[in-house]
Amino acid sequence: MRLELRGITKRFGSLTANDQISITVEPGQIHSLLGENGAGKSTLMNVLFGLLTPDEGEILINGEPVQITNSGDAVRRGLGMVHQHFMLVPVFTVTENVVLGFEPTKSLNRVDYRKATEDILHLSRQFNLEVDPDAVVERLPIGLQQRVEILKALSHDAELLILDEPTAVLTPQEIDALMEIMRSLAAAGKSILFITHKLKEVKAVADVITIIRQGRVVGTAEPTASESELASMMVGRDVELTVHKEPFSPGGDVFEIRDLVVRDERGLPAVNGVSLSVRAGEILALAGVQGNGQTELVEAIAGMRPVESGSITLNGRDITNHSPRQVLDAGLGHIPEDRQRDGLVMSMSVADNLVLNTPRRAPFARRGTRNLVAVQAHAAQLIKDFDIRTESPQELVSSLSGGNQQKVIVARELSRSLEFLVASQPTRGLDVGSIEYVHRQMVDHRNNGNAALVVSSELDEVLALGDRIAVMYDGKISGVVDPSTSRETIGLLMTGTRVEQSRD
Amino acid sequence: MTEATPVRLHRRVWAQLTSQHPIVVTIFALILGFLVGAIIIMTTTASVLDAWRGIFHNWGAPGHAIKLTFDNVGAAYRTMFTGSVVDPNSLWHSLTTGKNWPVTLTPISETLTYATPLVIVSIGVGIAFQTGIFNIGANGQAVLGGIAGGVVATMVHLPMVIHLPLALLAGVAGGMVAGSVPGILKAFTGAHEVIVTIMLNYVVYAFLLFAVLSTPFQQPGQQNDISRTFDGSAQFPPLFGTASGLRVSYGVLVAAMVVVFAWWFLDRSSLGFDFRVTGANPSAARASGISARSVVVLVFVISGGLAGLAGFVQAASTTHEIDGGFLIGNAGIGFTAITIALLGRNRPMGILWSSLLFAALGVGGRAMQSQTGIPLDLATVIQSVIVLFVATPVLVKEIFRLRAGPVATLKLATQGWGT
Repeated sequence: MRLELRGITKRFGSLTANDQISITVEPGQIHSLLGENGAGKSTLMNVLFGLLTPDEGEILINGEPVQITNSGDAVRRGLGMVHQHFMLVPVFTVTENVVLGFEPTKSLNRVDYRKATEDILHLSRQFNLEVDPDAVVERLPIGLQQRVEILKALSHDAELLILDEPTAVLTPQEIDALMEIMRSLAAAGKSILFITHKLKEVKAVADVITIIRQGRVVGTAEPTASESELASMMVGRDVELTVHKEPFSPGGDVFEIRDLVVRDERGLPAVNGVSLSVRAGEILALAGVQGNGQTELVEAIAGMRPVESGSITLNGRDITNHSPRQVLDAGLGHIPEDRQRDGLVMSMSVADNLVLNTPRRAPFARRGTRNLVAVQAHAAQLIKDFDIRTESPQELVSSLSGGNQQKVIVARELSRSLEFLVASQPTRGLDVGSIEYVHRQMVDHRNNGNAALVVSSELDEVLALGDRIAVMYDGKISGVVDPSTSRETIGLLMTGTRVEQSRD
Repeated sequence: MTEATPVRLHRRVWAQLTSQHPIVVTIFALILGFLVGAIIIMTTTASVLDAWRGIFHNWGAPGHAIKLTFDNVGAAYRTMFTGSVVDPNSLWHSLTTGKNWPVTLTPISETLTYATPLVIVSIGVGIAFQTGIFNIGANGQAVLGGIAGGVVATMVHLPMVIHLPLALLAGVAGGMVAGSVPGILKAFTGAHEVIVTIMLNYVVYAFLLFAVLSTPFQQPGQQNDISRTFDGSAQFPPLFGTASGLRVSYGVLVAAMVVVFAWWFLDRSSLGFDFRVTGANPSAARASGISARSVVVLVFVISGGLAGLAGFVQAASTTHEIDGGFLIGNAGIGFTAITIALLGRNRPMGILWSSLLFAALGVGGRAMQSQTGIPLDLATVIQSVIVLFVATPVLVKEIFRLRAGPVATLKLATQGWGT
């Protein structure tokens, strides 16, 4: 299918989310749409799927102008969408999910499962999308669930597939497999619109790259363009993709975990015998696919979740099962995974959020009365030092962009005198510029001889920051490796496969 | 200075008026409340209704019906105003002759008298709301405060400088005790505060009956459920002396101090900051090292203490004794406090104004009832409609076509600017 978007413009009040966007996707082409969060990618897809009506511009399919007024229309015209968050029924089988809403029937309106299964097997052979049609979806790994989504789109005779940030939840191996699938789909004549903000993937798979920034197409690039060229087009200025790290010269152990067992809400051991240690001047990166116990581990360290057995020590002091207040006072800095839930009070000002966990510390309060002048001055200083983009310290933190909200947390934690920093998914959902910034702050912290534990499910981040990399799988550490280790090996560890070369 | 300036100013005023600012929404809610009240007066007054019917039967002119409507509604709201704030004629008379000041000031004195305990108890409820705690037990806490203060006021005999403060502290302590029960139960067992406080109200009411029927506290020589009279040294003296006949007492100063305390507590104290963080985002509060348990217990102690103070102020400035129906009839100030706190958006100044409004509607409603025959219930209807519209800003916004405020516009404009 040849899809052409001509001069699409969509405004929300004074904000122009899409400004004269023109893109052409040729048949059999993998066309990559590269842009930061908030650049207008989602708006464009919603226009394409009829969920939003454009103010200007037109959509042409195979040269014919078309009106798409709802998603059913889009599907009938051969557009298929694979959402970032899968739209599958977890307790149904693959077959049931694929035919849902379009069930083939036999007499008496009974669903013809045999025919449905055959259709799926035929499709999966045709496009190398191997998956067991009778498997229950919730038991499948994320990568296979995504295949089901793709199969579902193909079963509706989609000629153009839109993949919206498809790799966010995948392991490196699953990403490679997805790339293969994309290539074979393109070879079979399907067009693919691949939406992402990850440069490596774009370079690996795209035929053409269109970069959008602040609602506008700022240019197109060949996959041969370098990552830093792509990044600077995306951000609008030069970006340093690799953070400069001083040579690694670790000191003594600062932080130590021994045989830690922590249970989750269901009472199951989410952390099951984890031992780790972090030295001064070292960043230990904890890699792993989301949901393997990292969240519970960090909560236990921060005093927010009871420890069943084992110990946590900071500078030789036992902080196991201490309250969050005691842990904070012991010098632990915590950048929480869910910044809006645990890190910020959205209805309060930037200044108040910058003293959220030190409101009683001098000079912010004296004998129970807050010194708002000192709080204000502190905020003004940090806004300057950490380059937080805000109108004033009094502005509500909810009106800041995601990147600046995270800067508020980073500034608050790093400005306290810390003994140890735990950062959980510190750049999730942030744009390239903010990622660069947060990374530099953490590396500076480490260069100054401090210790940090960085938990991340982004392999790039783990490799960029870690002096050593521990991989967590199913509540256990499946290996601790050097950052020079290949992505494949780390990927294998993320799936729980023990690897020979892992060392402590 | 070009011609454009006045236009722009006029535009800016209009923009403010049609924005969703809380105060604007509240003012429109007030207008709607009085409008609904007017419709009720119109449809329940026989003469007005007859005049309107006349239009359809060709024996009356619409002009007459409209005039009659305005006369009736006007009279009702006029008496409501003159009965609760001031009668302009009487004020003019006093200003020109210097006489009759007590008569002129009686309405506002009554309104302040009614508002005094309302301000105190509503601020207690508002502080709890800001912490995310729903204190439905303020009435029981006020009753227990009244009893505790009353016991000190009747059974201990001391000079006023010691006696009144002591009785007042006893009232606060009584409310704190009543408040700490649901606080501790919630903090340590997770019991839901709404259930516990509602049930505790009945426990306190039963205790009140027991107290006013028991020998040391009951009025000697009485079989009825009524307490001894407070010692003169434990009563709030009238602000303008007994001779003036004005009931407004030194209790209003206590209420004023509570407003100042609440402002300091919420805006300036470290504990108040913890409370607000907990109310706005309990998970972030926990992650920031705030102990949810101590906040829950403390907020109930403070909220209950203020309710207890309100109960004592009520008894020590008006009735000077406590009977078996103390604060229980007419829903009780502890329940009115919930709506007042809502109307005042849990802010001390907002609560002050809301309390004055509610007191004025009550006092003025009584004047309206005696002078125009329109039942007092109309005042209650107006109060309820106002709160209803304040609680549903979306509806008010739709009715008056208010635009999103400048803050919301700003937010949209700054989206997508990354770093």
